[in-house]
Amino acid sequence: MANIQLKGITKKFDNFTALKDLDIEIADGEFFVLLGQTGAGKTTTLRLVAGLEKPTSGQIFIDGEDVGEQGPAERDVALVLQQYSLYPRYTVRENLEFPLKSPIRKTAPADIAEAVDRVAKTLRIGHLLDRKVDRLSGGEMQRVSIGRAIVRQPRVFLMDEPLSALDAKLREALRTELKNLQVNLGATFLFVTHDQIEAMSMGDKIGVLNKGQLVQVGTPHEVYANPINTFVARAVGSPPMNLIGGQISGAEAVTDQGYRLPFATKNKGGSAGDRALIFGIRPEDIYLEGGAPVEARVHDVENHGVEKIVTLRMGDNLVHATVPAQTELAVDEDVRFSWHPEKVVLFDGENGRNLNAAS
Amino acid sequence: MSEIELRNIDKHFGPMHVIRDVNLTVQHREFVVFLGPSGCGKTTTLRAIAGLEDIDSGDILVDGAPVQNLRAAERDIAFVFQNYALYPHLSVFENMAFPLRAVRESRDEIDRTVQQVATSLGIKHLLKRRPSALSGGDMQRVAIGRSLVRRPKAILLDEPIGSLDAKLRERMRVELKRLHLQNESTSIYVTHDQVEAMALADRIVIMNDGVLQQVGTPSEVYARPANAFVAQFIGSPVMNMAPVRAKSKNGAMQVDVADTGFSFDFPAELSNQLSKAGADVNKLTLGVRPEGVQVAHEKQDGFIEVKAGIIEPLGSHDIVDIDAGDTLIRARTKSAFVPGAGSKIWVRIDPAQAHFFDTETGRSLGITL
Repeated sequence: MANIQLKGITKKFDNFTALKDLDIEIADGEFFVLLGQTGAGKTTTLRLVAGLEKPTSGQIFIDGEDVGEQGPAERDVALVLQQYSLYPRYTVRENLEFPLKSPIRKTAPADIAEAVDRVAKTLRIGHLLDRKVDRLSGGEMQRVSIGRAIVRQPRVFLMDEPLSALDAKLREALRTELKNLQVNLGATFLFVTHDQIEAMSMGDKIGVLNKGQLVQVGTPHEVYANPINTFVARAVGSPPMNLIGGQISGAEAVTDQGYRLPFATKNKGGSAGDRALIFGIRPEDIYLEGGAPVEARVHDVENHGVEKIVTLRMGDNLVHATVPAQTELAVDEDVRFSWHPEKVVLFDGENGRNLNAAS
Repeated sequence: MSEIELRNIDKHFGPMHVIRDVNLTVQHREFVVFLGPSGCGKTTTLRAIAGLEDIDSGDILVDGAPVQNLRAAERDIAFVFQNYALYPHLSVFENMAFPLRAVRESRDEIDRTVQQVATSLGIKHLLKRRPSALSGGDMQRVAIGRSLVRRPKAILLDEPIGSLDAKLRERMRVELKRLHLQNESTSIYVTHDQVEAMALADRIVIMNDGVLQQVGTPSEVYARPANAFVAQFIGSPVMNMAPVRAKSKNGAMQVDVADTGFSFDFPAELSNQLSKAGADVNKLTLGVRPEGVQVAHEKQDGFIEVKAGIIEPLGSHDIVDIDAGDTLIRARTKSAFVPGAGSKIWVRIDPAQAHFFDTETGRSLGITL
């Protein structure tokens, strides 16, 4: 097992800069998730670590060793892709044995059998070992792909959206399995996804990537509760954080359209004076109440079983609020709401930076 | 008025029995969602209503009149496909005008209708563009617009937003629902995504293996699933489920979860209801959603001591795995309520949120405590 360091990595494809001056440190045994939209540069980062691409500038270290000159095989990393790259005409067992039979790493037959059994047990695919791969379901195939990666006990696991081709239930189940696996192996994982739920639920650390640049690195809690800017605020959480333009006036937050909400002066951004601000508030920190300060109209109500997500129309703003499942609301009904002032995150109205983080 | 009724619909594809005796009435103005895993027969049923697929037997009635022998074009039902199916060589305006031109509407009428529908969908600025210049969301808005211009009796939608990314899907969901409220058109919508179904539907129709499992409002199917399949298909994370044994203990009931050593207390009323339901106490399965597993930091009456496994922090709340051998039990807690994996915690099952199923048939025993 190993730590990974990326130092000043820039990667250009012709005129297009895919990654710009990227610094990442992944500790030994850490589950690190790179979260970003299509084209953010996450897969490129992964391929650089795997040795499938060379950086334009910068260095990559695995276990303190500069791997710049090493090919993919020498780096001793395992790569799991969204598309299961299995040999369709081989059985599951043969697929799992394959990495151990590589000419570079000779393994004794008894050791191979033992390793395959161990992996099959971990991933609960023991009953599938003698089946041909083309007879498996998507979830089973992805388990075999993961199995083929872990059978070898590589230094580092690199995973490129391994769950995104699976259906929701399976994704949910494999999320837990993968996390369990990582904890049990004590392995270093670099996991790439566009799905914020995967990032939040599995990552020890999340790195949010936007247009080739790392915007924030933090624990799921840090990224969720104290996003460094409005981009990150919208990248995690579903529905995303509400962002409402306005200013502070005494103990009140006044939105651009003149709606007044309570403001906690202990909020560090309170010294923001009369400059333009963006108030960030999570849907679960908004509540509906008869005497609350703001009137709004119900734009939409979504039943999510455990709770309801209400979209409120406040002037030109649409505001999401999470309410208990028993709350009965009709579309176009008028309601009143407020927020928990201590939960408001203040962003600079100009550049979107978190004012708490800046101070 | 446009009410759609399905009576004893049956359909085979070769040896595959894809729709099995389906009966359903979709009310005028209702938004009904067909939900199920791939291959459950939901899309085939939808296509049969549209006239894109024949049925082997049964009746399809629109406003009381059988239509199963009419061609698709004669049924006055619009269909929206997942892949949009727009004409690439025509502008957005012409795509939307197409169904009206086909029935030789006057030029003024076409112009007025297209403009009006485009306005309600927020795509008026796109009317001159070609579909290839549009984003996925806009293409689907155009496809929906095209289905609306003719004011059909009903609109059928087959996973219309399934290929869009998550954020856009959330937005489109709200738009679709607002649009439905505006147009009041009878709508049937097919999806495999339970979140979408819950969020959109007046009523959800859950199918599996060609068989209707349950028809109900989102609250009904969530809170009172008819069987184990529905219970586990609706809701995320999935409902916890395990075989159990129920027995009397000191005037109350005790429910032992198989292979875990866990025993939970239940009120004596459980015993009455089990016998009333004619339950076989040796073939019981207990189901409880993560929010029905209550977690405490300290020992409390009726709570049992367990160890926390992996914790999934989702921001607004956490999902905590409870270490129970091979059985997976998950609880939903407030953010950071359980400090970390390995923590000692105390849990109980809220009897009001417990579901009991017959292990063999999967049927809910209808027990409410």
